[in-house]
Amino acid sequence: MALSRSFVGRCYPPKETYEVSRAKIAEFADAIGDTSPLSRDKAAAQAAGYPDVIAPPTFLTIINLDAINAIINDPELGLDYSRMVHGDQRFVYQRPVHAGDKLRITTYVEDIFDRMGNDFLNLRAEITDESGELVCTTRAQLVVRGADA
Amino acid sequence: MSADLSAVEVGTELPPLNVRITRKDLIRYAGASLDFNPIHWNERQATESGLPGVIAHGMLTMALAGRLVTEWTGDSGRVVDLFARFTRPVVVPDDDKGAEVELTGKVTEISDGRATVAITAKFEGRPVLGKATAVVRID
Repeated sequence: MALSRSFVGRCYPPKETYEVSRAKIAEFADAIGDTSPLSRDKAAAQAAGYPDVIAPPTFLTIINLDAINAIINDPELGLDYSRMVHGDQRFVYQRPVHAGDKLRITTYVEDIFDRMGNDFLNLRAEITDESGELVCTTRAQLVVRGADA
Repeated sequence: MSADLSAVEVGTELPPLNVRITRKDLIRYAGASLDFNPIHWNERQATESGLPGVIAHGMLTMALAGRLVTEWTGDSGRVVDLFARFTRPVVVPDDDKGAEVELTGKVTEISDGRATVAITAKFEGRPVLGKATAVVRID
């Protein structure tokens, strides 16, 4: 079953604001084995020129994945989650994320196409801070295996 | 111990990083990232999905690719672009040893004070990430 191309160009506005905490940054750093003091010690982060402890580069997966899930669970889209895999992921940073950031994520369906019987869904998300400045753009490609694939 | 970034040139190799991932690490990562897809912690649901067993989150492997780079720069804030394609699963056995992921990286381009690093991540000798790339500020 092909995904509807009518979803291309659709925008999913932010649902809520995500406030980045020092504890969550440290928890995430622990989970990936990142021991950098810049993610744990405010004084070390400030000495390096940051306002507060900074997040590892894949930290924004926390809100990115949540936004992706909101789209793939959209009943109108009709995506079979059990056949879906994460194909690729990109993070492009304007600046690092730091504790205290209040972030909002807006997600766009950039493209839907099928190739060799599989459906591909390209998503872009723009993550902005309290002042509306862009912090990070993420791109994800999701692949839904066809019934015969 | 981070590198002297002013001495970076095309061909510079990053210090390699080998990481063992156990089932406990997957549980911890699931909680930290809020990714509770059962294929990353439930053998039954993983095999029912057609997988050989519980597999690591692709995003965890990508995070390790990030670590390869941030341990080299000593400052994760220098990473301006990180990309990975998830090409092969890392199967994590239900034992104390887990699965070993071996990461290496090499600088392929330098321009405008930024270095592009091509990253390789291997499990059982075969690549698990495709076209994994980081761009870092070195100015």
